[in-house]
Amino acid sequence: MQTTELLQIALYFGLLIILTPLIGGFMAKIFTGEKTWLTPVLTPVEGFIYKLSGVDDREEMSWKQYACALLVFNLLGFLAVFILMLTQAALPLNPQGVTGTSVLLALNTAVSFMTNTNWQAYSGEAALSYLTQMVGLGVQNFVSAATGIAVMVALARGIARKQGTSVGNFWVDLTRSTLYILLPLSLLLAIILISQGVVQSFGSYVQTTTLEGRSQMIPLGAAASQIAIKQLGTNGGGFFGVNSAHPFENPTPFSNFLQVFSILMLPAALTYTYGKIVGSVKQGWTLFAAMLVVLLIVLGVSLWSETQYNSVLQTAHQMEGKEQRFGVANSMLWGMTTTVASNGSVNAMHDSFSPLAGGMAMLNMMLGEVIFGGVGAGMYGMLMFVVITVFIAGLMVGRTPEYLGKKIEAFEVQMAMVAILAPSAVILIGTMIAVLIPQGLSSLNNQGPHGFSEILYAFTSAAGNNGSAFGGLTVDTPFYNIALSLGMLIGRFGVILPALAIAGSLVGKKYTPPSLGTFPTDKPLFVVLLLAVIGIVGALTFFPALSLGPIVEHLLMNSGKIF
Amino acid sequence: MKTTLIAFRLFLVMTLLTGVLYPLAVTGLGQGFFSHKANGSVLQGLQNKAIGSELLAQKFDSVIYFQSRPSACDYGTVASSASNKGPTSADLQKTAQERRTTFRVHNNLASDQEVPSEMVFASGSGLDPHISPEAARLQMSRVAKARGCNEEQTQALKQLVERSVKSPQFGMFGIPRVNVLQLNRAVDALR
Repeated sequence: MQTTELLQIALYFGLLIILTPLIGGFMAKIFTGEKTWLTPVLTPVEGFIYKLSGVDDREEMSWKQYACALLVFNLLGFLAVFILMLTQAALPLNPQGVTGTSVLLALNTAVSFMTNTNWQAYSGEAALSYLTQMVGLGVQNFVSAATGIAVMVALARGIARKQGTSVGNFWVDLTRSTLYILLPLSLLLAIILISQGVVQSFGSYVQTTTLEGRSQMIPLGAAASQIAIKQLGTNGGGFFGVNSAHPFENPTPFSNFLQVFSILMLPAALTYTYGKIVGSVKQGWTLFAAMLVVLLIVLGVSLWSETQYNSVLQTAHQMEGKEQRFGVANSMLWGMTTTVASNGSVNAMHDSFSPLAGGMAMLNMMLGEVIFGGVGAGMYGMLMFVVITVFIAGLMVGRTPEYLGKKIEAFEVQMAMVAILAPSAVILIGTMIAVLIPQGLSSLNNQGPHGFSEILYAFTSAAGNNGSAFGGLTVDTPFYNIALSLGMLIGRFGVILPALAIAGSLVGKKYTPPSLGTFPTDKPLFVVLLLAVIGIVGALTFFPALSLGPIVEHLLMNSGKIF
Repeated sequence: MKTTLIAFRLFLVMTLLTGVLYPLAVTGLGQGFFSHKANGSVLQGLQNKAIGSELLAQKFDSVIYFQSRPSACDYGTVASSASNKGPTSADLQKTAQERRTTFRVHNNLASDQEVPSEMVFASGSGLDPHISPEAARLQMSRVAKARGCNEEQTQALKQLVERSVKSPQFGMFGIPRVNVLQLNRAVDALR
């Protein structure tokens, strides 16, 4: 690795630590209704949105009403994308004259963007009209991210409020997330990205003749506006098929830095927001520390693995699937952050990573996308592990476990287990079915353990709502379109609903002040215990599967075996 | 019912805001301030004909041009793609060996000359416009010879290659690289 590459990584983590309290504090103010510098400008707009939609912003919702509003709103988003994809041929803003997609591809894509997964079984530049990208996918990029933030805020309120009955107002949380956080940041990022060379145009593709006289089509589109929110909202669905490896999606090393930083910026800041809402920023920093430790470990392993000599390909500088302007280190930094954060955008092809680097990407997703995780989703996912951890700590000392003054009882633990087990079941059962039937195996691009990894990665990505892929697998088939749609739905709502249920249960509980027997959840010991729980759950559940894929491939590669 | 109605109305408002107004605002600002880049960084050649985008690789197989990185989609742009071959792929092993040999033969290099990795392995986008400075230097004598350059012209070509090396952006982002299309265009202009 070159010195500049190490410097970039240091700058990355330095900025992350500095910006977390700044942005996290700002977001906390938005959700507790305090004034910020954007308040004078945006409050009238916010009021106008409520007036147009008939929202009463003082109304409070129980967890069931909150969940119901969320589900109905998400269903509408699904329908909008689904219908746009089927009818795009007859709609405006389609200069390339693309046709409507198949029903199953539309189903898969609509589920994928509604659930903040942004799994792509299509290539945007060849299969979608400008209208579908902008009004269909673009909108879901915003509101699916806002949905995640809303759930996290509701859960934080459930913990913070004393003997209440309500967890907030979904419409208000959704609107504020979009209006005060996602939109201004996206606007700023999009303009900077255009200055680096990302395209933003409604013109039709440009026909050119190359220096050697061949014809080359230059694809265009409203890419920058979509790429900005794709990164900031941990969405990850590329405007172009090859995502942020495409020179029009990510033209320079600087645009790359901004994009890879945007992946973690809001998820990291939300740990601080959480701390603010529950009344102790130390609680937020504790979770931040736990997340950072895991990210640094997986980044270290992947960098080590990727720079080892591969005797099969006879190189220690493996550039297959990577871009020269980014190099190996930036590809690893992106590969790890995008998989811990359920973003799923890529700037290099994960299918061609060294076995252990690809394995780390899978492990990141298997841990439940809680290492920073998706915007909001990472925090509420991590809180599921926190519930289990304080429960285990309680068992060890023989007291009823409590967290931030709220007793953790059977219901909370059951719900947290559902939230942890539902995505895990999708991964293991889905992969098992796929490797047993011809419809699953005929899509493979690689043979041997790497082929198994392609399938395992696909279900892991769907269940974790990540969206990145071992791209060699052909996934626009009836089997994968349906199976992965189901996986994405379970992975999303199988966590959101238990998280909201816990919020509803905790909000009604009495506050018990901490006593001598309370296990402190803002100390290094808690970080260790939390990481142990995450590690044990991850390892016990997935070690066998990982052994058959990346681990055995690593060993076989070192002995020169090819497939 | 009330929930459904609010959801429907709020969804329409959000669509208008994030799906129409926001992209239009970005397009307006982008076209206003960075119109060349917002429209694909298209380069004009003789008679104002578009010769491609400075950001997208082109196929160069003539001896008088520096070659781009290998592309798994043969530089197709709608849609472009990668090989997605894994680290134990027999196909990739074979392809890599062939590319090493071809690069050495094509550029009259010694059989033990190490070939830069990015010329052996295909890019992620299939449209990577850059190669390493080393890969440009290794191709230089071949280009000079094919163009029938004399001593002085060869020196000029050499300087051109060095001048076209882009160092890391702002001194710290990325690694050194050479844009192949811009280099070839400059080489054409050298005559």
